[in-house]
Amino acid sequence: MDKHVKRNLVKGVKYFLIAIITVVYVFPIYWLIVTSFKTRLDMFAMPPKWVFNPTLTNYLDVFVERRYGLTPTITEFPKFLFNSIFISLASVAIAVAFGTLAAYSFSRFELKGKDTWLFFILATRMLPPIAVLIPIYLMYRTLGFINTYHGLIFLYVMFNMAFAVWMTKGFFDEVPRELEEAAMVDGYSRMRAFMKATLPQALTGIAATAVFCLITSWNEFMFAYVTSGFDTRTVPVSLARIRGESGINWGIITASEVIYVLPVIIFTFLMQKYLLRGITFGTIRK
Amino acid sequence: MKDQYLKWLLIIPTVFVLMFWVIYPLLWSLGLSFYEYSIMGTFAVKPVFVGLENYLKVITDPSVWHNFKVTAEFIALAVSLEFLLGFGIAQLLYKEFRGRRIIITLILIPMMLAPIAVGVFYRFIYDSTFGIFTYMLSKVGIPEFRWYTYEWVIPCVALVDVWMWTPFMMLIILAGLTAVPTYLYEAAEIDRASWWMKFRYITLPTIKPLIGIALLFRTMDAFKLFDALFILTDGGPGNASEVISLRIYREAFQYFHTGFASALSYILLVIIIVLTNIYLRFLTRRPVMARVEREVEV
Repeated sequence: MDKHVKRNLVKGVKYFLIAIITVVYVFPIYWLIVTSFKTRLDMFAMPPKWVFNPTLTNYLDVFVERRYGLTPTITEFPKFLFNSIFISLASVAIAVAFGTLAAYSFSRFELKGKDTWLFFILATRMLPPIAVLIPIYLMYRTLGFINTYHGLIFLYVMFNMAFAVWMTKGFFDEVPRELEEAAMVDGYSRMRAFMKATLPQALTGIAATAVFCLITSWNEFMFAYVTSGFDTRTVPVSLARIRGESGINWGIITASEVIYVLPVIIFTFLMQKYLLRGITFGTIRK
Repeated sequence: MKDQYLKWLLIIPTVFVLMFWVIYPLLWSLGLSFYEYSIMGTFAVKPVFVGLENYLKVITDPSVWHNFKVTAEFIALAVSLEFLLGFGIAQLLYKEFRGRRIIITLILIPMMLAPIAVGVFYRFIYDSTFGIFTYMLSKVGIPEFRWYTYEWVIPCVALVDVWMWTPFMMLIILAGLTAVPTYLYEAAEIDRASWWMKFRYITLPTIKPLIGIALLFRTMDAFKLFDALFILTDGGPGNASEVISLRIYREAFQYFHTGFASALSYILLVIIIVLTNIYLRFLTRRPVMARVEREVEV
């Protein structure tokens, strides 16, 4: 065979495979989104309907409950959505604030047993969460932290702590020390030099760290399921209620799922530059 | 303030959080694992010290061995598939082409999603009457496929995990591939080295440590499988897909055998700690990592 033809053939096969993989990967998400715009009839049609009349009923149903003969009422979903947003944002703010300070210290100073500390911090993230679930539940019950915002917020601070320290440390390491040393020669105190010189340089990195922490908090389920109550229930916990139900209202479930996963999908696109760092705690750098 | 004090002051908040939410609970559950106790504490049952009895119960309970067996099957299946597919996809996506970035990002989405959400929509996809998965299988000649059976439930759960986590393998291997200095390939080209020779002597040595890390990472994570499984199968049918973490959850929060559950979670903990140590040893081989730290455009 002509070498040229052969090369083109190899290329063709390659692109074909890439196309198939992409379709396989995207399809479940596509199917979820598409289903959320279907009527009950189209949803369960066999063979599946590829072309259909899209409807927003499911999305309306997520927020408004309409029962025959009764005035429509707001559902519980907006409350869960608010809880998810509030708890995620608050926990990330605290985790990133604490983590940034610690990371700066680890990045700039000689600390006794520094590597041990860093390993200890990383190790906390590697532990199976289920191992601390029982004592945390008992501890929370004793302290009255069950069904409170601060209970969940601090749990998620703990989850994100290790990650925040390791990621931001990586970003601080990249900022030259001379920057703050120069600022200190100009008469700034150590903290002011940090705020004025180093922090702005690492800000994009810190923002990326915050987004990853946000996704972790947003996605957490097990602890929220065990320690939240009705007032503090988050979206994943509300989704989990479909467990074991036979007459699941798939319209509402798919629509609320789309609302729940869409921010993460958007963030993934925005964060693509930092993905490798993010998923490996910054221990492997891109 | 002197740097001397400042440097410790800065890490205090972090250390406090980790002590209070990780170390303290861990010590507490270590204690609990030696007691006969139930968290249905409204009846105020006093914990009774039983020494190693809980551990003995765990070790001698055949159903715990079943949990470990199921977990091992799941891990073996999921991690090996993730590795093979991840490796293949990384090879395909290694060279630059139009739309490469967008395809990589699209493939990476699943691992960013909440496992609970993934569990929910796979239940929809797997459904035996209207699920698209069942439908597609019937189109390729496997009619009436039932995934929720003793034989198929673990492979089907593993499939969900493969969908979510192959991108992780792919990304790490891709990072390794891009870190191989191109001049090595160019030199090999001049020597008319075959594809296999290049792979064997240039690519493989560079990405080997990364593969090790990726495999360990996935194995560790696979032990923790809980959220997606909780929704998808809840350990069923029967206890066919009851992995170790689900068993701990059930013992603790459904049967209220707090001591037993604590002992079991400590055994799991020891396994993970051993794996973590191997992982960290891999990571601290700095010279290898330094090569990967080169700026890579993904």
